[in-house]
Amino acid sequence: MYNYVIPAFIIGGLICVAGQLLMDLTKANITPAHVLVSFVTAGVILGGLGLYQPLVKIGGAGATVPLTGFGYTLAKGAMEGASSNGLLGALSGGIQAAAVGIAAAILFGYLVAVVFNPKG
Amino acid sequence: MPNSNLRPPTINVTPEEYKQMTEKISPKPTLVKNTIMAFLVGGFICSIGQMIINFYVMYLGLAQASAQIAGTATLILVGALLTGLGVYDEVVKVGGAGAIVPVTGFANSMVSPALEFKREGYVFGVGGKLFTVAGPILVYGIVSSIIVGIVSVLLK
Repeated sequence: MYNYVIPAFIIGGLICVAGQLLMDLTKANITPAHVLVSFVTAGVILGGLGLYQPLVKIGGAGATVPLTGFGYTLAKGAMEGASSNGLLGALSGGIQAAAVGIAAAILFGYLVAVVFNPKG
Repeated sequence: MPNSNLRPPTINVTPEEYKQMTEKISPKPTLVKNTIMAFLVGGFICSIGQMIINFYVMYLGLAQASAQIAGTATLILVGALLTGLGVYDEVVKVGGAGAIVPVTGFANSMVSPALEFKREGYVFGVGGKLFTVAGPILVYGIVSSIIVGIVSVLLK
């Protein structure tokens, strides 16, 4: 039950620190949206270069839970699709691999937004 | 002359001195504190995610890959619910990027504007604002992953 929990804490914590430094140390107004977009893109690029896989091996959820992990999933799916189905696979593979996450986010996000009301 | 009733300034400070004075009493740079809190909160959320994955593997008999996907979906549900309850915004205040970068923060970035603009209706309010932040994330993530896929086709 506690396998990988400490590595997940450390790797996940460090990835979040990178995001915090990006917000605190850059002069321009970097909003959370900018951080999330750059983290997804960074995950895709690192995944494409094969540099993110080792991080997942070491950190487990520490590497997959941050949004870089979402980018990694997209890139991994696109590459797997490309190797089995060529260009069509390159188009479909990423979304296929990330489908559960995207569907869950839309479903749960919608339901919560319908059921709850804004505070104040 | 109404202006003659105005009280003359009681302290003699130049704008420069005033700037120094305000710098002295305003809060110190919180860079170190922010970094530590981001590490702790982000690490905590990821280790919860790992425990959820481990639970799915051990007690539901899911394969590692499926457990990981199910774990991510579970965290999205938790992040969305906590946002609806108004709890997650407090977590973001404490943890900064530690709460924004994990997938729970992604869920928060969808629900938060959707709730805020709910009064604009269910189409443009809820339906549209769900993608205020998630839209750009999906656009950049999907476009860059397709490029990665095409490059890997070309390199084959």
